[in-house]
Amino acid sequence: MKVSSEWNKDRKIKFTIQDPCQIVRKGEGDVVADDLRFVIQSVVGKENVIEMTPNKSNNYCCGGGGGFLQSGFPEERREYGKIKFDQIMATGADYCITGCHNCHAQVHDIGHHFEGTYGTVHVWTLICLSLGILGPNERAYLGDDLKDVDVFHPETSMF
Amino acid sequence: MPESTIKIRGKKKNSFLDKVKEILPDEGNLSLCLTCGACASGCPATGLEDMDPRKFLRQCAMGLDEEAVKSPWVWMCTMCQRCIYVCPMKIDIPQLIFNARAEWPREDRPKGIRDSCDMALRNDSNSAMGTAPDDFIFVVEDVLEEYRESQPEFKDMVTPIDKPEAFFFINQNSREPVTEPDEMVPLWKILHLAGVDWTYGSKGWAAENYCLFLADDECWEKVTRVSAKQADELGCKVFLNTE
Repeated sequence: MKVSSEWNKDRKIKFTIQDPCQIVRKGEGDVVADDLRFVIQSVVGKENVIEMTPNKSNNYCCGGGGGFLQSGFPEERREYGKIKFDQIMATGADYCITGCHNCHAQVHDIGHHFEGTYGTVHVWTLICLSLGILGPNERAYLGDDLKDVDVFHPETSMF
Repeated sequence: MPESTIKIRGKKKNSFLDKVKEILPDEGNLSLCLTCGACASGCPATGLEDMDPRKFLRQCAMGLDEEAVKSPWVWMCTMCQRCIYVCPMKIDIPQLIFNARAEWPREDRPKGIRDSCDMALRNDSNSAMGTAPDDFIFVVEDVLEEYRESQPEFKDMVTPIDKPEAFFFINQNSREPVTEPDEMVPLWKILHLAGVDWTYGSKGWAAENYCLFLADDECWEKVTRVSAKQADELGCKVFLNTE
């Protein structure tokens, strides 16, 4: 299985990375954060990754963890997430890649709430995109810039 | 030199802090705070409910249990552990938060978290959405069949459920099978192309555990054991949680 960033060579779509607290700071540390970057750089191109500061083990939590998403404090949760939103916007990236499900929900929500211009994507979506095996119905979190890129079996589109 | 020292009379109350120290390794370093504020300055929850990690710890240290433990802020700290990471004394404030949550009567804890926990206890799925094992199996098989047909390059793709001796036991967040099943497919494709030996479990397939966030020790252990037992009984080598 050989991934490639060729699809993004001319498009130059930019990505930033939300390090999940759980697997990085609370889990394996910077080693796994570096592994994540190896994968992402291979898939979107090293020059198309823009890092947040701080990141890896010193990353700010997005506010999606600890049950916050279900705790009934949406206003406070978004205020908490404003730091993350500002960080993502400061990178100027078109997408924030989230390796954690709670991060995905929160980063997506704050982007919408604060009227951000970025999309929120799972790593698996980008790996399949880079392999040319991402179908039209597997693109729920891709924006217009990537909806039509290298579509696998476009005739199966439900949209 | 002062002429006399101040003597505090009366019996010391059994404080929340003392109680937590007894259950934490090395007492969670809870008495080592230098009040430097590194925790508070880098905490995204600072300022919510007029609280921050340093203030919370100081309140606990001074026996202001009521103010600290009953603050709704204990539900706004995500226990992300950045405060420990930047703390020169490695003080475990998140554990203090978890135990503060546990001090709340169960019925007073946030309804959303409690309901999600209770849903997970309804059947052996562990799903915060209450999805039954049969429904999960149906969705997975249905989606697999559809993709095998519409994308013939993947006609041999598999999504094993309860495959004995599979190397990876993989959990799945309930949101995908329940509300956006197509989102499961990219992961399946990657596992297929990489030749990974994996399985879902019919029991304990759901990755989320809101009983943990509820600080309900008995229930979160129960939920976790359902998943762990399934992985063990199948003889899987690695438990992979996609949360």
